[in-house]
Amino acid sequence: MPLLKKLVGAVLVLGGVGAVAGWFLSAPVRLDAETLAKLGPGDAARGKRIFYAGGCTSCHSKPGSQGDARLQLVGGLELKTPFGTFVPPNISQDAKDGIGAWSVEDLANAMLKGVSPSGEHFYPAFPYASYARMKPADIADLYAFLKTLPAVAGKAPTNSLGFPFNIRRGIGLWKRLYLSDQPVIAFADGTPEPVLAGRYLVEGSGHCGECHTPRDFTGGTTKSEWLAGATAAEGKGIVPNITSGEGGIGEWSQADIANYLETGFTPDFDSVGGAMVDVQKNMAALTPDDRAAIAAYLKAVPPHPNGYPARKPSS
Amino acid sequence: MRKLVIAISMLALAGSAAFADPILDRQALMKERGKIAGGLLKVVKGEEPYDAAAVLTQLQALQANAEKFDTDVETLFPAGSDTGDTTAAPKIWEDMAGFKAAEQKYLADVKAAAAAAPADVDALKAQFNTIGGDCGTCHQSYRIKKG
Repeated sequence: MPLLKKLVGAVLVLGGVGAVAGWFLSAPVRLDAETLAKLGPGDAARGKRIFYAGGCTSCHSKPGSQGDARLQLVGGLELKTPFGTFVPPNISQDAKDGIGAWSVEDLANAMLKGVSPSGEHFYPAFPYASYARMKPADIADLYAFLKTLPAVAGKAPTNSLGFPFNIRRGIGLWKRLYLSDQPVIAFADGTPEPVLAGRYLVEGSGHCGECHTPRDFTGGTTKSEWLAGATAAEGKGIVPNITSGEGGIGEWSQADIANYLETGFTPDFDSVGGAMVDVQKNMAALTPDDRAAIAAYLKAVPPHPNGYPARKPSS
Repeated sequence: MRKLVIAISMLALAGSAAFADPILDRQALMKERGKIAGGLLKVVKGEEPYDAAAVLTQLQALQANAEKFDTDVETLFPAGSDTGDTTAAPKIWEDMAGFKAAEQKYLADVKAAAAAAPADVDALKAQFNTIGGDCGTCHQSYRIKKG
């Protein structure tokens, strides 16, 4: 049976080549020296803005925290998704249980490349696919601000994921598809500055697209339906369309959007709800200029119809 | 006796008619609540001048609305009314005690605001922020957006 032998041999060789290639392609990639050089000294006062723009506390404070407790970044929230349950870890300044022992380079590699200090991939439930668009200097500022927050002891439970999502190394392949520091929406030259500033806040630190954009079967955001709304990854219900397309917020003025982010009230005086409640608290801590910029960007993105299926008629 | 039975059944009928559609009834209360809050928000943001008497009237209307909601909460949210054209989250029925606690905190804060009869915009702002926070806290857990 020479033919069969040859076939088996070919399959083994190909499989071996594939495995070796897969191993190299899935390797964690850290930031290069040139990017790290841009981190700079960092400034805690500026970092406070990045902290709220990044929404760190929404996932990393103890669930249900109010007021100053939102600055205790002990982790422990359970994000129940179709891939399994993700638990945001302790990122307080505790050296043992938190990230108190991290260097600024460690934080930059985590946020911009999704790589841990020990060289493992983080799961993209930690929204580094958005944070990757942030400027290194903003990471250094955030690092300086995080240093001012309390150390809280206590490890959060680990993630609980099913096969194949429990294979961390596979995330390396996912990153090749979805990790980029380039903007999602390209604007023409001469686009007003607030729109570009809003793009940086929405697509980068704000990571709005992580919930407001539908995901494909591998869990990457579908850029052709950017911000079109999505079936909620966690729990039931939907996350609204925030483009000006049908079902979206086309009727909201720029001032309406900024007001919603500041006060939590929609133009028809409904209130903010769901996971957006914590997000809105963060947005309220930004400056009026930042909120206006976010609004300007949302008015400028391409309109899409809803990125989630229409509700079935009630029976 | 027969008259009494008829009277009771008529009362029962009237009772059920008043809550023929709890979903519509609770939505109407919420709409009214949002409208009043919206009027107050304009004052808080300085878009409308401060008129202490008008503000108090609005706060009292908000209180009447919250009291009705509190009194009728069982009939507004009967078991099984989580399906259909509603954004009420199933969690309301899974955690009715928590839902009622949130609703009662809101009522208490509205009552406190009306009793305080805020004299200027800063006083109103403090009260309003607490109330607005209650809106969010409840909607965070007990409402879901649907397509």
